Amino acid sequence: MAQERLVQLLTPEGERIEDPDYSIDISTDELRALYRDLVMVRRFDFEATALQRQGELGLWAQSLGQEAAQVGSGRALDEGDYAFPTYREHGVAWCKGVDPVKLLGMFRGVNHGGWDPNENNFQLYTIVIGAQTLHATGYAMGLQRDKSDRAVIAYFGDGATSQGDVNEAFVFASVFLAPVVFFCQNNQWAISQPIEGQTRVPLYRRASGFGFPGIRVDGNDVLAVLAVTREALAKARRGEGPTFIEAFTYRMGAHTTSDDPSRYRLAQELEVWKLKDPIERVKVHLSRTGQADSVFFAEIDAEADKMAAELRAKIIAMPDPDPDEMFAHVYAEPHSTLAKERDEFKQYRASFVEQA
Amino acid sequence: MITLAKAINSGLRRSLEKDSRVMLMGEDIGKLGGVFRVTEGLQADFGDTRVVDTPLAESGILGTAIGLALRGYRPVCEIQFDGFVYPAFDQITSQLAKMHSRALGKVNLPIVVRIPYGGGIGAVEHHSESNEAYFAHTAGLRIVTCSNPEDGYWMIQQAIESDDPVIFFEPKRRYWDKADINMDTPSLDLHESSILQEGNDVTLITYGPTVRTSLDAARIGQSEGKSLEVIDLRSLSPLDLDPVFESIEKTGRGVIVHEAPTFLGMGAELSAQITEQCFYSLESPILRVGGFNVPYPPARIEDHYLPDVDRILDAVDRVLEF
Repeated sequence: MAQERLVQLLTPEGERIEDPDYSIDISTDELRALYRDLVMVRRFDFEATALQRQGELGLWAQSLGQEAAQVGSGRALDEGDYAFPTYREHGVAWCKGVDPVKLLGMFRGVNHGGWDPNENNFQLYTIVIGAQTLHATGYAMGLQRDKSDRAVIAYFGDGATSQGDVNEAFVFASVFLAPVVFFCQNNQWAISQPIEGQTRVPLYRRASGFGFPGIRVDGNDVLAVLAVTREALAKARRGEGPTFIEAFTYRMGAHTTSDDPSRYRLAQELEVWKLKDPIERVKVHLSRTGQADSVFFAEIDAEADKMAAELRAKIIAMPDPDPDEMFAHVYAEPHSTLAKERDEFKQYRASFVEQA
Repeated sequence: MITLAKAINSGLRRSLEKDSRVMLMGEDIGKLGGVFRVTEGLQADFGDTRVVDTPLAESGILGTAIGLALRGYRPVCEIQFDGFVYPAFDQITSQLAKMHSRALGKVNLPIVVRIPYGGGIGAVEHHSESNEAYFAHTAGLRIVTCSNPEDGYWMIQQAIESDDPVIFFEPKRRYWDKADINMDTPSLDLHESSILQEGNDVTLITYGPTVRTSLDAARIGQSEGKSLEVIDLRSLSPLDLDPVFESIEKTGRGVIVHEAPTFLGMGAELSAQITEQCFYSLESPILRVGGFNVPYPPARIEDHYLPDVDRILDAVDRVLEF
C-alpha cells in the first residue's frame, strides 16, 4: 500500500511540502489555533480515560492518535454544515462547539446522548456501526431539496466500510448526487480485526465503483486533512455530489477502555506510528519556523489542564437522573400504554415507607 | 364505493396536498404506482422529488428517511412486501424508534412506514408474513393497521400527522375490498379501537385482514344462535383496551384472532392484559386463533394456516362449552 497516493502537506518531521492537487494558505494565528485544538482534544481524551479508570465513566472510546483527522475535517466545516459522527468523534465535537461535559454524559451512563443535535449541527453519537452514514445522506438529500448551500459530513471507520448501510449510503448519495462528504478514518483496526480483514483494495479506491471520487489523505496531517475536506465540501456545495475521503491514521489507544490491544497487535506497531504523531509535527513546525515559542506551548498546556480540571469536577458532580426519566421521551405525543406503566411505577415507588 | 387501495391512495394524496414537507419514498412507487398501485398517479401529480423512486435497498430507504426527517421532512416509506422489511430492521428498531429518546426529546422523527402484510394472495415466500409483533415490541414506535377503506383513508393521514414514527400495516388481501366512505371528517382517532358488531355471548378481538373474517364468523354464528361481539383494535401500540375490557365484562368470554403465529404474538399480550383486568368476569380462558409457529406455508396450503370462519367458530364453541 506504500505506493498509493497520499495527500500530505506537513511531514511527520514538521516540514511543509507541496502537493500537486491540494494547497493551503494558512496564517500563523490559524496554525496556532489548530495546534491549540489538537492539544485540547488530546487533553480532553486523556482526562476522560482517567475518569473511566477511576470509575466515573462506565466506558470511554479514545480518540488518541486521530486528533488531526478530526480537527482538520472539523475545522473545514462551516457553522451550518451538519456532522454525523460515530462514537469517537470527540475532536469534531470540539470543533463544533459541543460542551465536553455533555459529551461524557452517555459514557457516564446518565443518558444515551445528552446534547441537542440541532444546536451545533452535530448529531448524537451513533453506536451501531455505519447507521449514521444513511442519516447523513438523507439529511443531505433534504438540503438539496431546500436548495441550501450547506453540506453534510458523515464520519465512520475502516470497519464500517464492510457494513451494508455504508454501501447503501454510497449508492443513495451517488444516485441522488447528495451534498455529503464521506469521511473515513482508517485507523487500521476494527477492535481486533486489522484492515486486511476488511478489504483487499485501498478503501479510497472503492469510491470509483460507486461513481464518485475517493482520495487518501495523511490523517495525521491536520493541514492536508483541512485542505482535502474543504475541497470536498466545496464540491458538494457546487452540486457535484459526494466524495470519499480516507484519512489514513492510527488508533494509538485501545478500541475502548474495555479493550486490550496487547492480545492482538504488536507494541512495535505503535512505536512506528508514534513517530507520525499528529500533534508533534505541528509543534515542531511552529517552533522551527518561529511561529510559536515555549511560552505559547506552556500557555496552551496550562489552558488544557484547566479545562480538564473543570471537566473532572463537573463530571464527578453530575447527578444520576431520576428513574422516572426513562419514561420521559419515549414518544413525542401521549402513549396510553407507556402512561399506564409510568403511573404504576410511580405508585410502586411511592409505596415504600421511610424507616425511622 | 372505493377500494382500500384507492382509499389509501386518496389519503396519501390529501396529505401531499396539505403539507409540502410530506414526501413518499419507496421501490417502484413512481411511474409504476407501487406493486399494489397504492401510489398510482401521485408522482405524475406531485413530481419526482416528492414521490421518490429509490434504489432497491430497504435499510437505505429507512436510513435516508431518518436524515430527511431530521431536516424537517415527513417521509412516508413504502416497504414493498412484509418479508422485505428485515434489511431495514436495524434502522427501524435501533434508530427510528430510539432517536427521539436518545436526544432527550430534542428531535422528532415523523416517519410513516407502510407495510402491505399478511397472506391469502397465493404468493411466493416472504410475501405473506404478519410481522407486527416484532415492531409492537419496540418502544418508540406506534403500530396501527386498517381493515377497511374508510380507516385506510383517514388512518394514513393521521399517521402522517403524528410526530412519532408510525408503522402502518395494510392488509394486502383486503386492498380490493370496496365500501362507501365518509371523506368529510374522521370518526375515530388513530389509536382508538372500534366495536364493529355488538353481541352478548363471546367477544372476538381482531385487527387487519381478519376483521372481515371475524365479521363473517359473527354473521354465521348469529344464524346458529350465537351472539358475537367483534372489536377491531386498529392500533397495536398503543393498545386501546378499555372497550375490550368492557366487552369481556359483558360476555365473560373472548377469542383473539390474527394471522400472525399465536406464539408470542399480539394475542399473548392481549390475553394477559384481559386476564389482569377482567379476572373475575371471565367464564372461560381466552383462546387465540392464528397462524401456527411455522414459516408461512406455500400458497397451495396457506388456507389451512390462515384463520377462517370455521376455526374462529370452533374456538367460539370451545369457550362457550368451557
